Amino acid sequence: MIQRLITLAPMTALLIFGATGNAFAGGRSEPWQMGFQPAGSPVMERIIEFHNLVLVIEVSIVALVLGLMCYIIVRFNAKANPVPSKTTHNTLLEVVWTVVPLLILIVVAVPSLKLLYYSDRVENTEMTLKVTGNQWFWSYTYPDHGGFEFDSVIVPDDELKAGQPRLLTVDNEVVLPAETNIRLLFTSADVIHNWGVPSLGLKLDTVAGRISETWVRINKKGNYYGMCSELCGVNHGFMPIHIKAVSKADFAQWVETANKEFARTGGPAPVRVAKAGARDRDD
Amino acid sequence: MADQETAAPGGHDHDHHPTGWRRWLFSTNHKDIGTMYIVLSMVGALVGGAMSFMIRLELMDPGIQFNLFGAGEEAAYFQFYNVLVTGHAFIMVFFVVMPAMMGGFGNWFVPLMIGAPDMAFPRMNNISFWLLASALVLLLVAAFTQGGPGTGWTVYPPLSSAEFHPGPAVDLGILSLHLAGASSVLGAINMITTIFNMRAPGMTIHRMPLFCWSILVTAFLLLMAMPVLAGGLTMLLTDRNFGTAFFEPSGGGDPVLWQHIFWFFGHPEVYIIILPGFGIVSQVVSTFSRKPIFGYLGMAYAMVFIGFVGFAVWAHHMYTTGLDADTRAYFVSASLVIAVPTGVKIFSWLATMWGGSISFRVPMMFACGFIFLFVMGGVTGVALANAGMDIAFHDTYFVVAHFHYVMAIAGVFAMFAGFYYWIGKMCGRQYPRVLARIHFWSFFIGVNVLFFPQHFSGMAGMPRRIPDYPDNYAGWNYVSSIGAFITTASTLLFFFIVWRTLSAGEKVPANPWGEGAKTLEWTVESPAPFHTFEELPDMTDKQAAE
Repeated sequence: MIQRLITLAPMTALLIFGATGNAFAGGRSEPWQMGFQPAGSPVMERIIEFHNLVLVIEVSIVALVLGLMCYIIVRFNAKANPVPSKTTHNTLLEVVWTVVPLLILIVVAVPSLKLLYYSDRVENTEMTLKVTGNQWFWSYTYPDHGGFEFDSVIVPDDELKAGQPRLLTVDNEVVLPAETNIRLLFTSADVIHNWGVPSLGLKLDTVAGRISETWVRINKKGNYYGMCSELCGVNHGFMPIHIKAVSKADFAQWVETANKEFARTGGPAPVRVAKAGARDRDD
Repeated sequence: MADQETAAPGGHDHDHHPTGWRRWLFSTNHKDIGTMYIVLSMVGALVGGAMSFMIRLELMDPGIQFNLFGAGEEAAYFQFYNVLVTGHAFIMVFFVVMPAMMGGFGNWFVPLMIGAPDMAFPRMNNISFWLLASALVLLLVAAFTQGGPGTGWTVYPPLSSAEFHPGPAVDLGILSLHLAGASSVLGAINMITTIFNMRAPGMTIHRMPLFCWSILVTAFLLLMAMPVLAGGLTMLLTDRNFGTAFFEPSGGGDPVLWQHIFWFFGHPEVYIIILPGFGIVSQVVSTFSRKPIFGYLGMAYAMVFIGFVGFAVWAHHMYTTGLDADTRAYFVSASLVIAVPTGVKIFSWLATMWGGSISFRVPMMFACGFIFLFVMGGVTGVALANAGMDIAFHDTYFVVAHFHYVMAIAGVFAMFAGFYYWIGKMCGRQYPRVLARIHFWSFFIGVNVLFFPQHFSGMAGMPRRIPDYPDNYAGWNYVSSIGAFITTASTLLFFFIVWRTLSAGEKVPANPWGEGAKTLEWTVESPAPFHTFEELPDMTDKQAAE
């Protein structure tokens, strides 16, 4: 038990520093990473901040229980204490260990609920991105920029160029402006998927027949990666997300080329209507 | 047939029982049925454990390691991987932990502890067991039918619908769960009736051992949760086969409705798994500390409270489905509250040990291991309860680490504690001490090496249920797989210990644990005779038997 404590201490210390120490570095995980990816959005910054509070509480509780157990093992083993006491009640003690955890939980709950409401919605968004989950790729629609839509499919291992990360690289990355409040809408064309981007503090299911909403503000230009986070069938592990965050000017330029490149051929119909009697997947 | 000649007229000789296969197939004896449950659990553990070992082998290095279906057949292999993930969860939950805790130890020791001659409904007890055995067969058949169910144990539609899982695999899985659920409901009715009506004279409900309390609360959870699952499963079955659209958006249904139904069952289910473990640990801690349990009433009603609140927190499994923020705010608050009664239990165990004269025999080592591992898993649970922060954790390996610590590993430690505590009573022979200690330490080290690094992978963003991962996650996955090797070796050692115990264990007296073991099962000889308490023990003048 004591050895356990010694091995645990540096690990948890690393956890804390892993979570807070690094500057923004690349929007994906590092080898042997122990903490969160560096925050790329205000929501993720607040998640990390809140986690640092919770982690201290977690480590203190484990340390307290472990410490008590070690003391008990040394002090109250049959050799050290041959005659057991008869104590079975202590009202004060029982009240204390009920009330103190309750107080700790209030300390946790207040910032927790603040974070929850902060991450849920933002009042003024400057643009909207619609994300549609498909087996097994993502479709992105830009309703405020002409309604063009494109698919984002994984690049297989044997077609990767130098420097492209395996299982995270897609053919068409989703381009978004940095320092912009973006409304995100989610739906699915088939099963439930989940659009999760760890460094931006984003994760929301895409459910057929529903549109879910959240928001993001990407702090800096750069590449942000994520993966599908809800089991969606055989290629669940192979539908990555790659967000390329650019300056507002570059984004405007990209929108122009994208409008041409991904122009609709079937007329101006940004709304997909389910055909009667036919399932979405058949179209 | 020769037995019958020696039997008293009318078959009322109490030592008489059928022999051979009839003794087991037709058994109405709580001890024999308990033994069969434990054997079933061991079979399940081998199958479910092998599945998880294959998952860890696949994840040991990045890339696809063991494509059994050959190049070009990746889809079949990934489906097989998803079937492993699904099967591992189902088997471990329904066919390892539940049969061992409720069916095995519950059947064996609830009647012995309350001084009852048998369960209230012995024949129903028999059908409970055989329904569960049939359910296991159905589940294994499902796994090998047309690709198997690769839905995860959560069986979320539309992935589990006829469109995305055509073929009978999911239907067989649903029928398997129906049988397992019916088995559990019958078992629960049996336990509740036995505990309410068949306690020995003077054994009031507030003098009943905490293990019986834990089984009582668990039985109520089963009774209320399983029918909800059965309803959901039936809706899914008719969606798949009879054109209803409960969960089908194109017909006006809602996939998220299934998640509400599933988790209304699923969250109580995790308490169904761990509550009997609380009971076992309470008995073991009290016995080996040579002290009555500290705060007995608090301990009992903490379990009752956990049971109640357990029904009101289900949507904390669904924080990313797009629930309204106010809804999530409620579920955050309710989920956090569960930390209070669990804290009461942890501190009461420590207080029971405090001032005790503790002998660290193998069951006590496992009980201490349980307390530590449960706290480890419990604190990460407090983190996960926060919907705002859960965005970062949901569906990552952090969650995998959390629930393995809190219910799988802690649950298995409680099962091992119960096994080593009661094996002498069940078979009349004691476990080999040195081997059992090696088993404890190797298992303790193994599971921590296996699951602790998964916290890191999860925080770094690695999703669950994927057969391959970006290369930067390789390091901790490799460590985790090393832990799987240690754990597997330790599990095989356990099966060797079982064999050594049965074949060469020392003979055990009625009470091998000394004055700390005060419950009634230690008053009957070891192994417990086929029929016990033909004359009810009178507990009227005795102290509470905690």
